[in-house]
Amino acid sequence: MITKLPGSRPGLASFTFALLLLAGLLIALPLQSVRAQEPTPTDDEVNRIARHLYCPVCENTPLDVCPTEACRQWRDLIRQQLSQGWTESRIQQYFVDQYGARVLAEPPRTGLNWLVYVLPPLFILAGVIVLFRSLRSWRAQASDESPKNEAAPSSEAPADAYVARLEDELKKRS
Amino acid sequence: MLAEIGYGILVVAFVTAMYSVAAAIYGHRRRSAGAVESARRAMLLLWPLITLSAATLIYLLISNHFEVSFVYEVTSRSMPTYLKITAWWGGQAGSLVFWSWLMAAFASLVTLRKWDRDREFLPWVIVVTSVTTAFFLGLVVFFENPFARYWQTAAGDVIVSMFAPSHAAAFYPADGRGLNPLLRHPGMIIHPPMLYLGFVSFVIPYAFAMAALITGRSDDRWIRLTRRWTLWAWLFLSFGLVLGSRWAYDVLGWGGFWGWDPVEIAALMPWLTGTAFLHSVMIQEKRGLLKHWNMLLIILTYALVIFGTFLTRSGVLSSVHAFAQSAIGPAFFAFIGVTLITSIALLIHRWPELRGETELRSMLSREALFLLNNLLFMSILVVCFWGVIFPLISELVTGQKVTVGPPFYNRATAPLFASLMLLMGIAPLSAWGISAVRTLGRLLWKSAIVALLVTAALFAGYTRNVMALVGFFLVALVLSITFQEFWRAAQARMRSQGENFFSALWTLFGRDPRRYGGYIIHISMMLMAVGILGISFFQMQTQATLSVDDSISLGDYSVKYESIAQFRGPDSRQVTRAVLGVYDSQDAFVGKLYPRIDFYADAEQNMTIPGEFASLKDDLYVLLIDWRPASATGATFKVIINPLVNWLWIGSLLFLVGILIAAWPRREAASAPARARRPARADRSQPSAAD
Amino acid sequence: MSETTAGTPARRAVPIWVQVLIWAGLIGLLVILAIGLSRSQRGTVQPGERVGNFDLTLFSGYEYNGQAQVSLEGLRGKVLLINFWASWCKPCEQEAAELRSAWAYYKDRGDVLFLGVDYVDTEPEAREYLKKFDITFPNGPDVGTRISQMFRIKGVPETYFVDREGILRYVQVGPFSSEGQIRAIVDPLLQ
Repeated sequence: MITKLPGSRPGLASFTFALLLLAGLLIALPLQSVRAQEPTPTDDEVNRIARHLYCPVCENTPLDVCPTEACRQWRDLIRQQLSQGWTESRIQQYFVDQYGARVLAEPPRTGLNWLVYVLPPLFILAGVIVLFRSLRSWRAQASDESPKNEAAPSSEAPADAYVARLEDELKKRS
Repeated sequence: MLAEIGYGILVVAFVTAMYSVAAAIYGHRRRSAGAVESARRAMLLLWPLITLSAATLIYLLISNHFEVSFVYEVTSRSMPTYLKITAWWGGQAGSLVFWSWLMAAFASLVTLRKWDRDREFLPWVIVVTSVTTAFFLGLVVFFENPFARYWQTAAGDVIVSMFAPSHAAAFYPADGRGLNPLLRHPGMIIHPPMLYLGFVSFVIPYAFAMAALITGRSDDRWIRLTRRWTLWAWLFLSFGLVLGSRWAYDVLGWGGFWGWDPVEIAALMPWLTGTAFLHSVMIQEKRGLLKHWNMLLIILTYALVIFGTFLTRSGVLSSVHAFAQSAIGPAFFAFIGVTLITSIALLIHRWPELRGETELRSMLSREALFLLNNLLFMSILVVCFWGVIFPLISELVTGQKVTVGPPFYNRATAPLFASLMLLMGIAPLSAWGISAVRTLGRLLWKSAIVALLVTAALFAGYTRNVMALVGFFLVALVLSITFQEFWRAAQARMRSQGENFFSALWTLFGRDPRRYGGYIIHISMMLMAVGILGISFFQMQTQATLSVDDSISLGDYSVKYESIAQFRGPDSRQVTRAVLGVYDSQDAFVGKLYPRIDFYADAEQNMTIPGEFASLKDDLYVLLIDWRPASATGATFKVIINPLVNWLWIGSLLFLVGILIAAWPRREAASAPARARRPARADRSQPSAAD
Repeated sequence: MSETTAGTPARRAVPIWVQVLIWAGLIGLLVILAIGLSRSQRGTVQPGERVGNFDLTLFSGYEYNGQAQVSLEGLRGKVLLINFWASWCKPCEQEAAELRSAWAYYKDRGDVLFLGVDYVDTEPEAREYLKKFDITFPNGPDVGTRISQMFRIKGVPETYFVDREGILRYVQVGPFSSEGQIRAIVDPLLQ
């Protein structure tokens, strides 16, 4: 802040200086903003996107590790798209449109692909049901046949009883 | 000349295998012990024959006989001799011969034992093993002949054929194409044989199971006879998977060890059913339950072995593993179809006879928990199988190719594996027969507290990631329960016998190796889980292009690019090797790393070999991604830190120890020789916490 | 094995509905595998088959008669050479010159059309390739790999020759060795 006192000579030098400073700032600012518009995405940012995509040509190879020339070109494409401000989902959508759904790491949740996500839990649930029904029916049979064997295991507490049984088992097993 | 001999021997072996099958069936039908013995002798002849043929093939491989097409495809002049030998299983045709060789060896081992007690099994064991050997030999003889040669016709075309076509002269290429560079790594040399050993060994329990079904024997004799085979098969298969993971980590250059690649899953699936089988046969031995289920499991394991081999080799799927598409696909398909249909039909037919003693007295008894274990393994199998098959279905129905990848598998199997870990902790505490929540709770609470404390410490000092903390909690729980079990048992012996701690432990291992070996295996699995948790949740990665003397920082390390050089390596590869200096967070020098890119001119392929700096805490893993000599900007490096990953490999070594212990024959107690042969199930009426 | 009678269920065979389910599942699985296997063994579309319709959106600057999109149906009556290529494909470069000179020979006739289908590629690199080899015939990307899946190509370069009635007449797998080879295939189709 330059206060120019009326009639003081050094004021001219200060004024020139301020003008030069202002001019310098004005020149510098646009350069700053131009740089800010196009930061080159780092390799890490590219890989972060590429990791979730698969190489359209080689089978089952993620795009961030695929060493071929084509994959290098695709990573450069991602870099370019990132520098234009594309979001990850937009980049993914572009790849799907261009190269098909196989570039995604899992099938998109549409149409027939719902079967991938739905069938395994159904099968597992069926397995759980079968298991519990069998267990229950076996237990029912067992308790029908021999109720007196349902001795409560509360006598296991003392360590000596444990020792005795351990020895018993070891002996019987030989 | 030699190639014709090798091929001729294989044809003889094939015919012998077929004869063995026919004689065994005839011998059973006509109750002719002589015919069965003849079948057995024919089967014993197979291994020497195949060995002779394989020796011929190996000789051709190491002496540069490039006119033989298999030799041309997998060797080259610049390869060292040991690699030329391992090239035997480096291509489709040779690996089929290798399979047959192993199958014949194991079948012979089985038939060499004394057959006094189980004579009626013998014909059928011979039939199943000889049919399998004959199938693989048939594939070699008719479809993928490693002895086929190159001939040049009058028109100038070069064709491949076993016998000289008319008007063609022998063609001698100057040099071979060489083994796929990916296969020239030590881990890769032993990974296929280990896997094949696992696959082939599982055929033996399957053969006995079929024999039991066909003869109508409903007891568990077949399980007892093959108990050790199952353990060894499981050991080989597990090790094959571990070695494959290690190789992927060291050589494939992406910083991970398991990619949920369809061919990896094809090898995992028989392991899943094999592990379930390993556990549930214990129930059948102890409690007489689950006869149907055990039959089904071993049939599934065998079917998945063949199915996995089919997927890898037929070209239905392609991946980093897949062999080139070939004519053996339809033959495999027919074999799978016939195997599945006959086995399932047999099982359904014998279903009523396989009744068991269905005494299940508690939902928390060990039997019930083992059943839960089986359910969890089968659930993981369902996820894996469906994920592998679905892309096929999608392509058939909608024409659209999709990828089912790691996010799907990780999300689906993580809770299942976590539940298995929980079970590994609880099951040793439960008793055969009866267990109540109170009992388990009493035995469990101390370990639970320890586990909670460990988790709290990790929460305070290491991570806030909920899933990782759950994983670490389970690891701590299982480890403390298992150590507690060792402690209690040793204390009991010390008190009663006056032994010191170590001889108490020694006695425990000696008297009940299966159980305590099993505990060691569970401990080793927990160590492996620590490694897997570390690399899955806490991996750090960064990539940058450096000029000389620049550094990349990641985590506690900083890596400085010092120099780079290009030179010719052994076996004609062009090596580009960078030298990097590693410094820790205090800027102290830690070591040097040498990541490199190997270019194999004969195969026109690049291999990216990482520089690794391993410690218990983590692995510093650096890849040389790119270096253009003409470019001035330098070299591109990817630096990865994999925390805790070395516990995975340590755990797998302990796993080996555990299985060796579990397979060890039991030491007889000096005090009770008269009871040495009594079957263990007589004590079933007494519930005991010690069993 | 002790034969206690405790808990012995009646000897029940597997219920019929379970058997039906098991066999249906098994047969279903085998059918899927069989179809998958035969599909993978199947090669490309073979000569004699009618080629289905497809649309190709062309790169700007590589239009056909001012149209930015062509469809196979709309080109009925012309002899078509459909060439699959990619900028990252080294063997494709070997035949680029042959394709360019063959196109120069045929383009003024009006009844022969060369179409380039860019397989799984990126536009900047594709344009560089086309400019580098001075290729001027209509070219466009194979969006979603639909066209290449329709032809079931096994790799690049592959070239498909379709006659005036829309029937596939010749498949060239791999690069052409000379312009004469291209002409030897196209000329008979012009009769």
